Amino acid sequence: MAHAIPTVVSGSAAPPPAQRRSRTGYILLFPGIAWLLVFFAIPLVTLFATSLQVPVPGKPGYFEPGLQFSNYATAMSEYWPQFVRSLVYAGIATALALVIAYPLAYFIAMKAGAWRSFLLVLVVAPMFASFLLRTYAWKTILADDGWITSTLNSLHLLPDHRVLNTGIAVVAGLTYNFLPFMILPLYASLSKIDPRLIEAGGDLYASPIWTFAKVTWPLSLPGVVAGTLLTFIPATGDYINAQLLGSTKDHMIGNAIQINFIQFRDYPVASALSFVLMAAILILVFSYIRKSGTEEIV
Amino acid sequence: MRWLRRNIIAIIAIAVLVYLFIPIAVVAFLSFNNPASKFNIRWNEFSLDAWTNLCGVPGVCSSFATSIGIGIIATIIATVLGAMISFALVRYRFRGRSTTNLLIFLPMATPEVVMGSSLLALFLNMRFPLGQVTVIIAHIMFIISFVVVTVKARLQGLDPRLEEAARDLYAGPRATFRYVTFPLVLPGILGAALLGFSLSFDDFIISYFNAGTLVTFPIYIWGAAQRGIPVQVNALATLVFVLALLVVLVAQFVSYRKRKSVQAH
Amino acid sequence: MSTAEHRVDDLHLRHLTKRFGETAAVDDLTLTIAAGSFFALLGASGCGKTTTLRMIAGLEDPTSGSIHIGDLDVTNVPPHKRPVNTVFQSYALFPHLDIFENVAFGMRRRGLKDVNGPVMSMLELVELAPLARRKPAQLSGGQQQRVAVARALINRPDVLLLDEPLGALDLKLRRQMQIELKRIQTEVGTTFVHVTHDQEEAMTMADTVAVMNSGRIEQLGHPADIYELPRTAFVANFLGQANLVEAEIVSASAEVVAQAHGNTFTLPGDRNFAKHKQVIVGVRPEKLTVLDHFNAHLVPDSNNRVTGRVTDVSYAGVSTQYVVRTPWEQDFIAFEQNMVVGDRCEVGDEVVLHWSPSHTFGLDGTQDVNAGISAEALEETRAASSLGGE
Repeated sequence: MAHAIPTVVSGSAAPPPAQRRSRTGYILLFPGIAWLLVFFAIPLVTLFATSLQVPVPGKPGYFEPGLQFSNYATAMSEYWPQFVRSLVYAGIATALALVIAYPLAYFIAMKAGAWRSFLLVLVVAPMFASFLLRTYAWKTILADDGWITSTLNSLHLLPDHRVLNTGIAVVAGLTYNFLPFMILPLYASLSKIDPRLIEAGGDLYASPIWTFAKVTWPLSLPGVVAGTLLTFIPATGDYINAQLLGSTKDHMIGNAIQINFIQFRDYPVASALSFVLMAAILILVFSYIRKSGTEEIV
Repeated sequence: MRWLRRNIIAIIAIAVLVYLFIPIAVVAFLSFNNPASKFNIRWNEFSLDAWTNLCGVPGVCSSFATSIGIGIIATIIATVLGAMISFALVRYRFRGRSTTNLLIFLPMATPEVVMGSSLLALFLNMRFPLGQVTVIIAHIMFIISFVVVTVKARLQGLDPRLEEAARDLYAGPRATFRYVTFPLVLPGILGAALLGFSLSFDDFIISYFNAGTLVTFPIYIWGAAQRGIPVQVNALATLVFVLALLVVLVAQFVSYRKRKSVQAH
Repeated sequence: MSTAEHRVDDLHLRHLTKRFGETAAVDDLTLTIAAGSFFALLGASGCGKTTTLRMIAGLEDPTSGSIHIGDLDVTNVPPHKRPVNTVFQSYALFPHLDIFENVAFGMRRRGLKDVNGPVMSMLELVELAPLARRKPAQLSGGQQQRVAVARALINRPDVLLLDEPLGALDLKLRRQMQIELKRIQTEVGTTFVHVTHDQEEAMTMADTVAVMNSGRIEQLGHPADIYELPRTAFVANFLGQANLVEAEIVSASAEVVAQAHGNTFTLPGDRNFAKHKQVIVGVRPEKLTVLDHFNAHLVPDSNNRVTGRVTDVSYAGVSTQYVVRTPWEQDFIAFEQNMVVGDRCEVGDEVVLHWSPSHTFGLDGTQDVNAGISAEALEETRAASSLGGE
């Protein structure tokens, strides 16, 4: 049955979808990627250029292109407390959010059964209400004559005898506002754990604490990494909580950037602050991702 | 004691859920208040004034409408652009894939204040007038990444054999997309659009940097916070929250019933 | 294709080759599949059978070679323009369309308006008409399988491709569907090309079986012919079980005589495929008769024989399987019909195995005697023999 026929080399019949390399791919990419390039990447370059601008002599509020690296020194010498405060507040808020979110994420992933998706909706639901109003509501909850403040005062736990307009209120607000960003990734990685693994831990005469430390926690690490990043990044740059719940002594780097850009119109200093924040966060994020060994979260 | 130990996780979980809703309860509660001072942060007496007269304070409803309009335009454009990128990422080979991935990931890892301020720096340097257009541009920029992540996940979850089956059954590339790929990815695209709209509607920081004199709903609230937020704002926010929650819960209930009936057969 | 005077043509694959990088998944395959036949491509996973099927469907481009249906060259025809339809592995039913629309899909894409009649009669053929408005997720595995067949067959393709179509079903349902598919094929008369790794499935359904190994066809023919007279060790081992002994030919004429371990085996010359002196002598387990060594004198002089000790007996109702260890530490497997009550050999018994030369086959001795046996199975046999041989 073997016919001696010259071999036909195949031409360009439709290749399988996953492997196509054609102009269509670039056409699909172009508008969106161009948008991100023009309105995200180039602005970062502009930001850097602006941070080096010099004032136009005799015309206050006007700047011209330059290479004035001293803008960074000026900005940092004036605003390093706000910068440090941002990292500290965001760090504390992230740690608190992790502690608060973990039991709920664990409960939804392991124990909720048919209620899982309903509970997940409840976790996301607060984001349907205005961020500003939710933050503002803490003014009522933490008011000086409210029961939370008076209870804490009767226990002599408050150095300033109040919560509102202190760093405590700012951290409380940050913790609350970004909690869903901690819960969701934690849930995602906890729900992937086979419950039989945890049962096996119990079966092998392990205490619940040992099982948690040796089985549950290590397996949930990707969620912990993603959740802490998703909480820490927006918390560091936030200034709404500091503005609404804190005093000027509690201002964060975001407040400084906003004030310099919009009120003082000192664009070089504001840009320098913004650029330092961006750089600091990127360095933190990438070293953290590398250290925790989970590069898959991107 | 034994009962407590066995249910401790459930108790903590419920407490955390309650905690998530406390500020929303406060917002809703104060929408029925008739505040004694111009600052509506303390209960005074019950009143339905805000609910019966939602637009009674100048600026509230117009800023609300502005936000809805911006949200709709930005969401549509960002969803289309983002969905196109997702298809390219999943279905096509091209040069510069890792750069593309980085460009999509970075906006999600950048604080809003940096994105807002850098975009403002661009507009200032280009002498581009701030207003509705700049806010829409900014919103599209930060929504795209979220759309890509959502739609990409849906596309990757799609069984490639379904599209092969369509091609095998006389559907050309266009018909395959129209009758099989698109309907199957549509729920992911709609989800992405919903997410995009809620991000746009609630965004304050990026909008504030690029709005100029334009007043969106969050910008209105921010301005009002200094001189007292009108009760109407609480009423409107409560309304939005309840409606959004209802829509999501009903959608979920319907899909749950569907799955139930599938299992029953 | 949907006209009444449905013209059926043979399917020709000529020098078909598919390379993924350096490895050839399908290696210079030339093959004709007769119109109206039920053809099975049988092989282990990774042997190239699915790639062959995908090339026929048009879902994969051949590196070289051609595919013809009759005189029509379809090598470069995109899948949606080929008169070929596929029943996919795990069915690939469109989850967003109901059963009716799934089956109607191909007709609608070809722009046919009146789909109602053909779809309903096709659904009746596969006995699913009452479920036309259900979604695929609401059907059982067997029902989904029949929808997949109906969805492909309604287009009256010249060739129907089936990619492991029964793989997702449990054993009982699989048996039922084998009969069902065979019935449908006889009824419609379309050429079926069936890819499977299950040798029993291939043998019960197909009228021609091609055994594939590393991108090539090892042997092709009627199932019974291949089984009774395998031409390679791979086929002998993969299609059923075989007892294979490496031996040396001492004389060859109308009858071939070979020797190994002091035993002499004879076989008809036309059943010998060894080209040199090295030969692998083989026989299927059910061809062996097991005799207690006290009864060795009952063995006909002309028969081939091997002595050994029983190391395992497993009773399986219709038959009993014996494992017999030869003096040169090889395990022979024998199946005996349970015709007589009692009087079975037991573990430890010294026995004689004998069989007729006409059931013996000779294979080229230069190949691996264990080809076609999976690595795990080999490992298990080794472990078992080290346990049994203490």
